[in-house]
Amino acid sequence: MTELEACDSCALNNSAQLLKLGINVDHADYVIALAGNPNTGKSTVFNALTGLKQHTGNWPGKTVTRAEGGYRYKDKKMKLIDLPGTYSLLSTSQDEEIARNFILFGKPDVTIIVVDAARIERNLNLVLQILEITDRAVLCLNLMDEALRHHIDIDERTLGKELGIPVIKCSAIKKQGIPELISTVHQVATRQIICKPHRIKGLSKPAQKMVDKLDKKIRKNYPGQPNSRWIAMRLLDADADVIKALKNGDFDQALT
Amino acid sequence: MKENDTQDLLDLASELRWEVGENFHDTLVEGIYADAAQIAQKTEIKQGEPNPYSFERKLDQVLTSKKYGFPIMILILSIILWLTIQGANYPSGLLARFFLEFLHPILKTGASQVGLPWWLDGFLIDGVYLALGWVISVMLPPMAIFFPMFTLLEDFGYLPRVAFNLDSLFKKSGAHGKQALTMSMGWGCNAAGVVATRIIDSPRERLIAIITNNFSLCNGRWPTQILIATIFIGALVPDSFSSILASIAVIGVALLGVGFTFLSSWMLSKTLLKGEVSTFALELPPYRPPNLWTTLYTSLIDRTLIVLWRAMVFAAPAGAVIWLISNIYVSDLSLANITIDWMDGFGLFFGLNGVILLAYVVAIPANEIVIPTILMLTVAHLNLMGAGDGVMFELESATETAALLHAGGWTLLTGINLMLFSLLHNPCSTTIYTIYQETKSWKWTVFASIMPVILGFLVTFLVTQIWQVFH
Repeated sequence: MTELEACDSCALNNSAQLLKLGINVDHADYVIALAGNPNTGKSTVFNALTGLKQHTGNWPGKTVTRAEGGYRYKDKKMKLIDLPGTYSLLSTSQDEEIARNFILFGKPDVTIIVVDAARIERNLNLVLQILEITDRAVLCLNLMDEALRHHIDIDERTLGKELGIPVIKCSAIKKQGIPELISTVHQVATRQIICKPHRIKGLSKPAQKMVDKLDKKIRKNYPGQPNSRWIAMRLLDADADVIKALKNGDFDQALT
Repeated sequence: MKENDTQDLLDLASELRWEVGENFHDTLVEGIYADAAQIAQKTEIKQGEPNPYSFERKLDQVLTSKKYGFPIMILILSIILWLTIQGANYPSGLLARFFLEFLHPILKTGASQVGLPWWLDGFLIDGVYLALGWVISVMLPPMAIFFPMFTLLEDFGYLPRVAFNLDSLFKKSGAHGKQALTMSMGWGCNAAGVVATRIIDSPRERLIAIITNNFSLCNGRWPTQILIATIFIGALVPDSFSSILASIAVIGVALLGVGFTFLSSWMLSKTLLKGEVSTFALELPPYRPPNLWTTLYTSLIDRTLIVLWRAMVFAAPAGAVIWLISNIYVSDLSLANITIDWMDGFGLFFGLNGVILLAYVVAIPANEIVIPTILMLTVAHLNLMGAGDGVMFELESATETAALLHAGGWTLLTGINLMLFSLLHNPCSTTIYTIYQETKSWKWTVFASIMPVILGFLVTFLVTQIWQVFH
């Protein structure tokens, strides 16, 4: 019975797509992606979660390639993928493409979005874009110690309500907040927590209307597509990759 | 889903795109920014100090100022090199004494007791073992000092400031400003620097960054530079000043490398790789107090030991090759001697010699083993240990190395040219392989490998000509 449950949400569900992206999920129950702006301590969070010693540098663009690791929690094997740090998912540079394609086609069970607590506004730009693509995310409010040292605090409950996802305060370098992060990720992965992610509201009225129109059509063609609105916005922006993915049928497979 | 459904969807999208106009992208970005600002305003609690990063701003004003930025950069690099040169001397001597003076005779005795044939004993102990002992004693101490200090600087957040200082110079050379970062990475390891060029989006600027990365002195070459500078340039002044002068010489070579990076970037962007300079925003990350123990751990494990291991893997076969070419005789001369004599005339033309050239051929796998190879070949060439040995002389200190090199006919010119040639020669095999991996082009891989060697011969030739005018 538990096996059936596991198969509903487990990584194998999407293993063909993940394999295409070079991820072997043979022995993983859940796939967790780690995303965020450069220099927010993503690699430190990665190390804190996996116990690996990937070199971390105070250096934007440290993780140019994807790092992989894993950990176990409550008998579940979590596979963790450290994505390159990016400021947005809208342009076509190589690192943004890697991060974007992974969240879009790899469909991780949970995406941990690491943000710099002292620079919340700028970091939120990426968070909002990720939340358009996936509805299973946890916000890791990292570098809390540094923010507090600079007299900046964050009201994490309000932030959680605004974004519609769990928010965990962390200081990964001091291993603070990591246990809470691990258990929250588990709860999101097992659907004990259902996220209601924030949708971008600031569009102009006519633009909003276009998005809705296209969104409706996409949902008709691809019932159950969680990020139809985002695909609509990318199509309106003439995103060549998304157009190509539509033609290749990459979104079809995402459904099965 | 059916194909015509997809086509329907795409048609609708392009139809709507016409209606919404060109500025949808801007609308979207503005919408995201507005949402982000609103949420941030609701959740951010600022207390006390109105200007939370005032100290960092002041620090940035100094470290990236037009007036002090460069001098501070050079000063910091000088201090690190000076500490490395000063600090590595004693432990290097200690290790050399242990591996070469203490352990080597024991191994030899052991081998003869077991009854190993002379050629196997020579091949393994005088070839492979001595090469390994040499590499460890020459390389481990400077790396164990240099890498932690460099990593501390990196973790503190200084390197992006270096990139900021150099940014405008790169733009003037027709290259991408982020090349400053990949260049700094190259000071650690060129292969790592080449991989790091992935942060540059434009293929043209990325190729420039890949090809010129070799002009960043990598860790395999710092020990060569430091040792030769100590022997030939430090020796020009009284002892108390020698390590300072040696540091200055090494920094001079490193800066010359930066100069060659600019020059060759500029030449490439004017000839083979013409194109527009792309703009980008370089973010200065916050300063962070480095976590000392983590830094020490990662720099020792990730960098020092991995680089040392790589050096050892390449040094072992090189030691074997050196022993072989020193012990295989054609009529009366060993293969090594024949090659060295044959290359000597050509080498002297460039102010180098046959030993150096042969050492660079043997050491193509890794830069780290150039100095040990040169010493081994010099000993073999001079026949200091009698026929049949052809192994490394057991040297305890820079003074003894100096004595040996002088006996091999080395002059100040040879030293200077070796330093220049060590800066300007082909990348090591790992870097060449990485360049191919990143560019997937044999043409650019061959170009990136040969261009520096040609430049190296050109520069050493010019230096030799100028030297001869004054002597």
